[in-house]
Amino acid sequence: MAPAARCLPALVGSVRAGFPSPAEDLGAQAIDLTQVLITHPQATFLLRARGTSMVEAGIFDNDILVVNRALQPRHRHIVVGVGECEFTVKTFTRPPAGIRLQAANPAFADIVPVPGQSLEIWGVVTAAIRQFVA
Amino acid sequence: MYALIDGNNFYVSCERVFRPDLNGRPVVVLSNNDGCAISRSNEAKALGIRMGAPWYQIRPMAQSHGLVALSANFALYGDMSDRMMSLLAAWGPRQEVYSIDECFVDLTGMPGELTQHGHHLREQLLQWLGIPCGIGIGPTKTLAKLANVIAKTAELQPGRYPAHLAQVCHLGALSQEALRDILAATEVGDVWGVGRRLSAQLGSCGIHSALDLAQLDPAAVRRRWSVVLERTVRELQGVASIELEESGSGKRQIAVTRSFGQPVTALSDLEEAVTVFASRAAEKLRRQHGAAAQVLTYIRTSPFRQAAQYSHSSVVPLQRPSADTAAIVRAALAGLRAVYRPGFSYAKAGVLLLDLQASSVQQAEFGFDADVPVHPQGGRLGKVLDRLNRRYGQDTVFLASAGLGGARRVWSMKQEHRSPRYTTCWKELPVAHA
Repeated sequence: MAPAARCLPALVGSVRAGFPSPAEDLGAQAIDLTQVLITHPQATFLLRARGTSMVEAGIFDNDILVVNRALQPRHRHIVVGVGECEFTVKTFTRPPAGIRLQAANPAFADIVPVPGQSLEIWGVVTAAIRQFVA
Repeated sequence: MYALIDGNNFYVSCERVFRPDLNGRPVVVLSNNDGCAISRSNEAKALGIRMGAPWYQIRPMAQSHGLVALSANFALYGDMSDRMMSLLAAWGPRQEVYSIDECFVDLTGMPGELTQHGHHLREQLLQWLGIPCGIGIGPTKTLAKLANVIAKTAELQPGRYPAHLAQVCHLGALSQEALRDILAATEVGDVWGVGRRLSAQLGSCGIHSALDLAQLDPAAVRRRWSVVLERTVRELQGVASIELEESGSGKRQIAVTRSFGQPVTALSDLEEAVTVFASRAAEKLRRQHGAAAQVLTYIRTSPFRQAAQYSHSSVVPLQRPSADTAAIVRAALAGLRAVYRPGFSYAKAGVLLLDLQASSVQQAEFGFDADVPVHPQGGRLGKVLDRLNRRYGQDTVFLASAGLGGARRVWSMKQEHRSPRYTTCWKELPVAHA
């Protein structure tokens, strides 16, 4: 037998008599959450939210934040900013509103850089994931 | 054209991505067991801390100069490396991952201006990953590697080289004259493959600069020194003589070795350690679809202690090349029992898988022992082990001879200053204050 003749296509699923599984013909992939949540895998990191300053933006204590560093932060994006020695998650605003990191909870003050100080943004928060039952 | 890209002070840079407060401060990352400095920030280098400096020697600088020391966090560095390498792989048709923080990329056929590309790529790595890197480009691997050294030196020591070569240096884009000047200003010891010994030998023959070496006659170099140095000379002359080794070919050796947190004397403790090392090595082997034919196991006492010294290894061949955890652990334990002598305080053990081959190649013996199961890929058990451990975290399922002590095992590593495994462990995600 010629070597080429031995190459049979791989079969998906087992062969059985009776009603064939309708799923085998479609060749469909199961839905994968990461496809939607992570568009730039190399630049995406997961962070844990701690605190209540962003509750009105829908971010609660213990949420998992999907943070994409490949995106350029735009006005009103929720971002992770670099505080003095910690990360902080806030809404980013730029002129004319003024460059600041805004809390989404009236109980918290905004972070406004003092003149001469730059505001460092670590990444853009593209999603918050909250799990009710593990 | 080839590019050599490497992350600057890679381990420290990985730590700084998640600890921005470490920017501008002297930082070192310590080897296994907090032994010595294996990565240094520029600030730490400026303090005169040398590569490999023992921690106990530099420890006082924590007080006096605010030196921060961190235990090596290879889970983090490995993940950041994967991200970096996969971005860089897209730059050219072929890539050779040379180490955890550097790779060669073959740029053959890539359109556009390569220096400019290099700068873009560097910016992208900095923004996406937070890792600063140096890029060297040249017509051969040796010249790309040299260009990388020049890119770094031009950045850190302004004045040594023309400023436009900092961060991204493309030697292939220079005029013949400019290239000569650069090579003349570069010590021969900076050339890839020229170690300290060889550069001293060359120096005594009046060969001091990279240019001196490049101007030698390759045939004469082969007669006087070696084929290896001849290849280096040809490469410096722009003749590609060292092939790119693509990552697909796999590593030729897999090693899992550790120093123990404290001296170990009992055979049973060593058996646990060796089981863990051999299991991990088998897992690595399966990941690259390889099979090993030989398993080397070694144990040794600490050369830094005033006690009886012992160091011995043994190689146990496998009946058939295999990636089966059980077979590899069995061989490693047999090797251990062969070399173990009671009465010594062991400080280190290691398992090396040798004589690696692709698992698709199978050579079975004729007839004699048809009852020995053939599991070149570790069989179904290996696959299940790997899947469980990948999904639920390392050491979810393991062979019982690894012991059940977890991190409390006598031989477990000392890692007093390890940062969280930010990117590989759900329980250790970085925190963003809301």
